Amino acid sequence: MADENTKSTMSRRRFIKNSSYVAGGAIGGGFLGTILGRNVFTDNQQQASPEKNNNANDYNRALMYFTRQKDFDILSAATERIFPEDENGPGAIKLGVPYFIDHQLAGAYGHNDREYMQRPFYPGSDFQGYQTRLKRHEVFMVGIQAIENESQKGFDSSFLDLEDKQKDEILQKFQDGKVDLKGVTPTTFFELLRSATLEGAYSDPLYGGNGNMEGWLMKEYPGNYMSYINDIGKDKFIKKEPKPLRAHFAS
Amino acid sequence: MAKKLKKVDVVTVGVGWTGGIIAAELTKQGVQVVGLERGKARSTEDFQHVHDEYRYAIRYELMQDLSRETITFRNHRDERALPMRQLGSFLLGEGLGGAGVHWNGQTWRFLPYDFEIKTKTEEKYGPNKLGSDYTLQDWGITYEELDPYFYKFEQMAGISGEDNPKGAPRNNPYPTPPMKETPITKLFKDAAKNKNLHPVHIPSGNLSERYENPDGQTINQCQYCGFCERFGCEYGAKTSPNVTVIPTAKKTGNFELRTHANVTEILYDGSKATGVKYVDLQTGEEFIQPADVVVLTSYVMNNARLLLQAGIGKPYDPETRTGVIGKNYCYQILPGATGFFEDKKFNTYMGAGALGAAVDDYNGDNFDHSKLDFIHGGVLAISQTGQRPINNNVVPNDTPNWGKEFKAQSIKYYHRNLAIGAQGASIPHRNNYLSLDPDYKDVFGFPLLRMTYDFTEQDRKLHDYLSGKCADIMKEMGADIVEPREIKDHYSIVPYQTTHNTGGVIMGADPETSAVNNYLQMWDADNLFVVGASAFAHNGGYNPTGTVGALAYRAAEGIMKYRENKGQLVKAKAASKRA
Ligand SMILES: Cc1cc2nc3c(=O)[nH]c(=O)nc-3n(C[C@H](O)[C@H](O)[C@H](O)COP(=O)(O)OP(=O)(O)OC[C@H]3O[C@@H](n4cnc5c(N)ncnc54)[C@H](O)[C@@H]3O)c2cc1C
Ligand code: SF4
Repeated sequence: MADENTKSTMSRRRFIKNSSYVAGGAIGGGFLGTILGRNVFTDNQQQASPEKNNNANDYNRALMYFTRQKDFDILSAATERIFPEDENGPGAIKLGVPYFIDHQLAGAYGHNDREYMQRPFYPGSDFQGYQTRLKRHEVFMVGIQAIENESQKGFDSSFLDLEDKQKDEILQKFQDGKVDLKGVTPTTFFELLRSATLEGAYSDPLYGGNGNMEGWLMKEYPGNYMSYINDIGKDKFIKKEPKPLRAHFAS
Repeated sequence: MAKKLKKVDVVTVGVGWTGGIIAAELTKQGVQVVGLERGKARSTEDFQHVHDEYRYAIRYELMQDLSRETITFRNHRDERALPMRQLGSFLLGEGLGGAGVHWNGQTWRFLPYDFEIKTKTEEKYGPNKLGSDYTLQDWGITYEELDPYFYKFEQMAGISGEDNPKGAPRNNPYPTPPMKETPITKLFKDAAKNKNLHPVHIPSGNLSERYENPDGQTINQCQYCGFCERFGCEYGAKTSPNVTVIPTAKKTGNFELRTHANVTEILYDGSKATGVKYVDLQTGEEFIQPADVVVLTSYVMNNARLLLQAGIGKPYDPETRTGVIGKNYCYQILPGATGFFEDKKFNTYMGAGALGAAVDDYNGDNFDHSKLDFIHGGVLAISQTGQRPINNNVVPNDTPNWGKEFKAQSIKYYHRNLAIGAQGASIPHRNNYLSLDPDYKDVFGFPLLRMTYDFTEQDRKLHDYLSGKCADIMKEMGADIVEPREIKDHYSIVPYQTTHNTGGVIMGADPETSAVNNYLQMWDADNLFVVGASAFAHNGGYNPTGTVGALAYRAAEGIMKYRENKGQLVKAKAASKRA
């Protein structure tokens, strides 16, 4: 827990540092109190391993979809290259994006539930969109295994052990369509990976990504407020403490 | 075997904006209406936990479930059309209120020029301005005739707006004043004025103040919450069928709404529509609902598809250029310019679907086209709809779309970019049309609608021109980097553009070239009315729903007339020579 505390202090400090909150005004005097007391969410913040953290709210940081840890680790490493940790703040892994994707793949998203998946399948032009017979969860599996194959082929080593630059080279090949994949184009896979990573970084923390709302903090996005009618006319940029959807339950 | 139900006065296929308007207008006058809606019931109560970008704006919770039914798409006639497997380019509505639940609320009137576009273009620029591949047509009605219906829609919906010197002339003020001025709208307006343009606030269906409409329904004051486009409103402040016409219809006691009722066929005896067949999606039971009057209010796609499937009206054939059903499918082009500001941050996360400012100086025939090789134009607007973080990662053109630089730039510019967008008119072309797909079927085994559509030369020229105008204003606004948008090689079904599909069952004065008359009554079946943007003979330079609403009020009046007099309400003009 000591570990956890340091992290949440750091993020708190960053939040305060990055912000020039006006006391009173739109935010209200309770603001600092609220942020310091934001414990409900601190546990979502880091990708802590279960042994180190016995907080109940971390139970959802486990695998719903992937069966092999290695596949999940490759996915994690790839998302981190798409959205790396930098001076702005955490990258995909710390935000929990890999768990977000794992959980999404297990459900309606991964199984294309609300999409037209009837035969026949033909490749189609770039302008005709998604045309693979594979569902998203299968596309991810094919893609992740291909990332590892490309890595073995190109660098004689696992993707997990590559330098960042080498990882980027491989991912770039997928984006450029320069890899042979079975059943789906490499660009389709890459675009799914890219968009799912951003979705995990910036969706409501309810989905398991955007840990501790740090994705929103970096972007100075306040999440979910009920009303801006008193602020919309104001000239200055207004920073607000982010609120999750869960806040809607309160009142 | 389908169970045959008791005959009713009127049945509508779909209960969105158009279905709701028809139901309200007729039931108020004592007519029994059954509304069949394939989706579920929804109301303001369903939107109390709606502030979730991922669920609603990315995974499209409120929109059509494509696993049951979609369209197929190709750019050209010689391609194989393939199913639109995921939503993208446009977001089809499903559920009570249709797309009227999750629209933005930008509520314009098409220009007088639009309704007589062929006549007016030829008068001014001669008969050959675009060439004969463009199937330009008048609408069979004038703006002056439509003005009262526009006003009815605006009054019912409580639209918040102000006078627009370059817009369609009005005989009445807007029911409520315009939305708030913000630093963004002000910056745009000042720049536009410096360029001698005529900026106004966008006429809005997110209401500037609490309003009670003539039917006694209350619409609340918009809170600028930033979760508007693609979301239902948790305040009942965005005007929607669900807070206006649907409760009005229910109040009369003459409206019977059936949800989960998916219409599969129009029943047709060769001269009249006798009713519709539908499936109850919860039980799987099939029903036949006979009716004196059948009204298609199922949006552009299914309005066209159900007619093609029933064989009502002659299908359009691009080869011979004969037939009408499926003809003049139009969409929209979206020229524009993005501006990046190094030292200024805007509160772009706040906003409302129809909050913004616009100029009409480059719309319709408000500027001279003599020396230009295109016609029409579009409204140029800056809108402050609420930028949410998944969907808004705008970076300068030369930035990659992933990795370190992308992350840094997308964060940096998140509150430092603004865009001016145009809604460029879409002029019909002989090769852009709707038909039935020969291969792909819906879950009930009926053919999907096939869309054949690509951008035209007219589109490309207009796009260039309007992007340039947007960039001029953006420069005047003081952006450090200004990037005009370019048109893509081809129209793509993938990225979201707009849900402003039009045509396929177009109105006009001549049964040879149009499917419905100016009451939206089918020329080929007196008791069948087809209501929606499907009736647009081309797409104008605005969002469509103000004009759709006006046409729906006109159609409601037509249905009442038909109930008294039967037969065709409009005398067909003698077959005109086609271009
Ligand atoms: C994100 C978004 C933003 C928009 N913003 C604007 C805007 O700012 N301004 C503007 O003017 N317009 C806007 N629009 C467009 C606007 O929503 C539509 O023009 C309007 O809703 C059309 O009304 P309609 O009745 O024709 O169709 P809908 O409102 O879509 O209603 C059609 C209904 O028919 C039902 N239906 C279809 N087929 C069947 C069947 N076989 N059986 C039973 N029921 C069926 C559907 O489920 C649906 O409920 C927007 C649309 C979207 C998606
Ligand atoms: S912006 Fe206004 S109209 Fe739109 S959802 Fe929020 S409160 Fe409702």
